[in-house]
Amino acid sequence: MKKTDSKTGETQKSGRRDFLKTVWKILGAVAAAELVFFIFNVLRPSRELNKSKAGSTIKIIGNIDDFPLDSVTPDRIDKLYIVRDSKGGFLALSLTCPHLGCSVLWNQAKNQFDCPCHSSAFDRFGVVLNSPAPRPLDYYPVILEEGKVKIDINQKEKRKKFEDKQMSYAI
Amino acid sequence: MNQNPDIEKKRKPVYGWILHLHPRKVRESTLRFSLTFGLGGMAAVLVVLQVITGLLLKFHYEPSPENAYNSILNLQDSLLFGRMLRNIHHWSALFLLWTAFLHMLRVLFTGAYRKPRQANWIFGLALILLVVLSNFTGYLLPWDQLSYWAVTISTSLLAYIPLAGNFIREALLGGKDVGQATLTNFYNLHTGIIPVLMVAIMGYHFWRVRRAGGVITAEKDRESPMVDTQPHLVNREFVVAIVLLAIIFLISSLFDAPLRERANPSFSPNPAKAPWYFMGLQELLIHFHPMFAIVVFPVTVMTAACWLPYIKLSDANQGIWFLSANGIKSAKFSLIAGALFTVLFIGLSELLPDPELLLPSVPSIVTKGLVPFLILIVTLYFFLGFIRKKFSLNRAEFIQSVVIIMIASYAVLTLTGIFFRGEGMNLVWPWQV
Repeated sequence: MKKTDSKTGETQKSGRRDFLKTVWKILGAVAAAELVFFIFNVLRPSRELNKSKAGSTIKIIGNIDDFPLDSVTPDRIDKLYIVRDSKGGFLALSLTCPHLGCSVLWNQAKNQFDCPCHSSAFDRFGVVLNSPAPRPLDYYPVILEEGKVKIDINQKEKRKKFEDKQMSYAI
Repeated sequence: MNQNPDIEKKRKPVYGWILHLHPRKVRESTLRFSLTFGLGGMAAVLVVLQVITGLLLKFHYEPSPENAYNSILNLQDSLLFGRMLRNIHHWSALFLLWTAFLHMLRVLFTGAYRKPRQANWIFGLALILLVVLSNFTGYLLPWDQLSYWAVTISTSLLAYIPLAGNFIREALLGGKDVGQATLTNFYNLHTGIIPVLMVAIMGYHFWRVRRAGGVITAEKDRESPMVDTQPHLVNREFVVAIVLLAIIFLISSLFDAPLRERANPSFSPNPAKAPWYFMGLQELLIHFHPMFAIVVFPVTVMTAACWLPYIKLSDANQGIWFLSANGIKSAKFSLIAGALFTVLFIGLSELLPDPELLLPSVPSIVTKGLVPFLILIVTLYFFLGFIRKKFSLNRAEFIQSVVIIMIASYAVLTLTGIFFRGEGMNLVWPWQV
């Protein structure tokens, strides 16, 4: 942009002024971007800190023999249910409802999990029987070693449907 | 004022400051109580009360999951008037939400959001949002079953926002679940960021009222005489403030702020409900896909609210509630129709089979989102066309009717959520909840 000073008619000077103004604007934009980045960084959940080292999050839930066939056993401390089917397969279900995060309860009479918040219901494998839950209950892969039932509590898996490979069988 | 200069001199420091916040003279017609109901002033008084009681509570509250609940118990049981202090903070928060909302309705219905006050309407909306956020962040702090699960549900709603949902949720929670980081975040927002923002915007809000020439008045009252702010306005404000404080103190000495058992992250109470002012949303969520209940409806309403002052009107109501007798009829009709339609909608959605189970192959965003949404829009379109013709409304009256329908509808949703939802969020009678 060329502007002439009304007194001296110097176009050079106001050219430099415009240039400096532009520089200021760019620096201002950079500073604003840095501030936004910094704020986002402050708000970002510090996942790195929360995540313990791999392997140390594997927990022993109990002995394999503690869980009878065809049973659903709550583990409230780890917020999960250990499900054992009639063939002896294990499935660990998160007790957090995938709809809005309430804790589901096992209803032995109706043979289903009920969510107290919006009456979602799930069968014993966590498959949705009653909406509004948008997907089955999340599950944790069960590790069966040396007669113990173990779970990596950092490995919560989302799924679209129930498949047999989500079950673990003692060999 | 000039009759007794000695008294005037003695009073000066205090009155000087009060007068500094006011214009020196105000129009007599703006003093009529039924013009504003003193709602804006009440909201300001309540904010001051919240700041004072909040600062005192901070001396006794400890923001950690281990000790938060106990610090509330200690406050209530061992501090003299500790329970009273908490009650006042609780009940005046409720009053603040109501006065701010009613103040907004008053501004809306007296046309005080029109030019030259349009920017102040937006700042007012921002203040309401801050009041709600302030209420919501404060809700978690006692760390009991009520607050823990209400916040779990409300923040899980955020996860349904497309693209950024999970980021927003986890940033707010400071992790994947409600925990120490959440409490730290909410405490900081509740006792630091939100109050500072609120007081700053309030100052600007007041200044803009003054710059617009004070409170809005009807055209016929524009020529009413100017009177001195002190005593005419200041005394009235004083009376309103004192009566309001008396009511709050009375309620706080009669009714205790709720406190349930200590939060237990593995047991949801049944039913688990969001804070009452979000119950309308939670009710909506039973009937609509989260994408519509959480994103489409609220964003539409908020956008419409911001756009409202910029709609061109030929004849706007200024300082009066209604432009014509037809406007009043239409308002009443809309109120009843909006409420009845919502009741009917809830009833039908209870009686008819769940479309999701009927058509399991169609994604639920269509069966519980798009289809009911389109039905709603078409119904509204025809209904609005009908009342516009029936009452021969002009645009200002038409907008008023639309607003009334929305408010009636949200009120019914909220009432249903609070009083008619029992175990498993099934419909029950209020005495069974």
